[in-house]
Amino acid sequence: MSAYIASNNRSGARYGFLSLPTLVMPATILLLAFSLVPSAVVILLSFTNYELGMPGLHFVGLGNYSDMVSDHIFWQSVRNTALYVAIVVPGSIFMALLVALLLERRRFMTRFYKVAYFLPVTATLVAMATVWEFILHPTFGLANHLLTSLGWEPVRFLADPNWAMVSLAIIGIWQSVGFNVILFLAGLGSIPREIDEAAALDGADGGLDRFLTVTWPLLGPTTLFVTLTTAVNSLRIFESVTVITQGGPDKSTGVILYSIYLEAFRYFRTGYASALTVAFLAVTVTLILLQMRVSDRKVHY
Amino acid sequence: MVQNRSLFASAVAHSILLAGAAFMLMPFVWMVITSLKTPDDVFLADFHLLPSKWGGTDNYISAFTEAPLLRLMLNGAFVSLSILVIQVVIAAPCAYALAKIPFRGSGILMSLVLLGLMIPIQVPALPIYIAFAYVGLLDTYTALIVPFSISVFCIFLLRQFFKTFPHEIIEAARLDGYSELGIVWLIVVPSSWPAIAAFSIFSVVGHWNDLYWPLIVITDPNLATPPLGLMMFRQSSQAGGNIGALMAAGTIVIAPLVLAFLFAQAQFIRGLTVTGLK
Repeated sequence: MSAYIASNNRSGARYGFLSLPTLVMPATILLLAFSLVPSAVVILLSFTNYELGMPGLHFVGLGNYSDMVSDHIFWQSVRNTALYVAIVVPGSIFMALLVALLLERRRFMTRFYKVAYFLPVTATLVAMATVWEFILHPTFGLANHLLTSLGWEPVRFLADPNWAMVSLAIIGIWQSVGFNVILFLAGLGSIPREIDEAAALDGADGGLDRFLTVTWPLLGPTTLFVTLTTAVNSLRIFESVTVITQGGPDKSTGVILYSIYLEAFRYFRTGYASALTVAFLAVTVTLILLQMRVSDRKVHY
Repeated sequence: MVQNRSLFASAVAHSILLAGAAFMLMPFVWMVITSLKTPDDVFLADFHLLPSKWGGTDNYISAFTEAPLLRLMLNGAFVSLSILVIQVVIAAPCAYALAKIPFRGSGILMSLVLLGLMIPIQVPALPIYIAFAYVGLLDTYTALIVPFSISVFCIFLLRQFFKTFPHEIIEAARLDGYSELGIVWLIVVPSSWPAIAAFSIFSVVGHWNDLYWPLIVITDPNLATPPLGLMMFRQSSQAGGNIGALMAAGTIVIAPLVLAFLFAQAQFIRGLTVTGLK
């Protein structure tokens, strides 16, 4: 408080001491009440056998965590989520990078392209998921109609356990690509044009050659940042599973957040759901910390 | 020769970009087309790209009568705008203090803000739900709005922006007798329009589209937000298989944000990518 009063005196201002609490207290109290304290409570609950609606609560140590690691449904949801992230991250980044490179320094129709690629970022995913479900319908869907008219075998996209997660990943790529295009365009825009021209003079004349020797290394920090952002976002896959597959067929699309949702708000196994939440939080925080480090030193030439 | 080559490169670039754009736009086009088809057309064995008979009127009428669609849209607008107003009212003074007033504890507060940035709603959701269940707040607008009254991202974003505000103007306002809250609302916030606009788009789009939290706290269809209401409508109409009406409802639900995006493309792109751009 003394530093605050000192600066107050120095400026000779007429504001009283009450003004600082009025500025920061509401935000601080709400931040504690709706984010930090409940998150700490989740960590505590993960060491108990609490079930919502049941009386009593016992400390069970690491019981929930040992249940978790021996539960094959948990591991299945981890594998499913990992598969989703492993398809969406490279898929979305490859497509976004290609689009950004093709869009850069082009004038004609760029506005149309930006709108087209960015539109899914704004559109309600629940609504679009119902459309995708219908497009991927085994008999009436547009996707199979296109496949068969090209002479391919129809695919039972969402009904086939081998294809269901892949189908959701295609929706995930579709939804995230526009966001990443914008980040890559910003990254490309920050590469000084002289470097590119110098490379051309140095004999890196082919487009691909120049991309591999100049653009790609300089885009490194942007790419790393985009990778982590996409990973954090795709880890949170929930809507498309909840709307379209509800974890099926044959548990092939049960993902982490959906398991947490079921355990916490359908089965009310609060203690166990808390342990799942803590595991989810640990992965998320690790990725975000990496991301913060990367964005601190985004530029390195 | 060189010109031919660049013409060829340009044609290749445009065909790739157009193919990609077709993939991106296809679900939107398909949603609107299907919303105009009759049930017969939708489930026809021989495939029609365009409606063979006009079913649009029926579909949109049943979307508004079988689902409380108007109510859903009003709920969505009320909830997301309330959240936005409360977030800015709470965050702006705090952001101002962190940006402009050196005080003991500001470092700790900033660390708490950064910590809050890393915690997604799914983490505190469980204790908040339990608390709401105990005090009987489930199935209320309060339950939809209050947990989002604090946006650490809003504090973070506004603090970055306020930092560049000239200190002399604040000093002059103090000498003129402005209170600190007066300085925030009458001087600093009005000149921070770009940051407020970017955050508004980020917040409204996020909360209009959110499913996780409404799904947890709301079971009454009359209190549902658009995504939740759409999901309830989908479950109820599944037996009837009324895809056309479902697509009509979906078209209505995405329309406000899509139209707003088309009118203010640059602001939307900035607002929604501001989490990733510095």
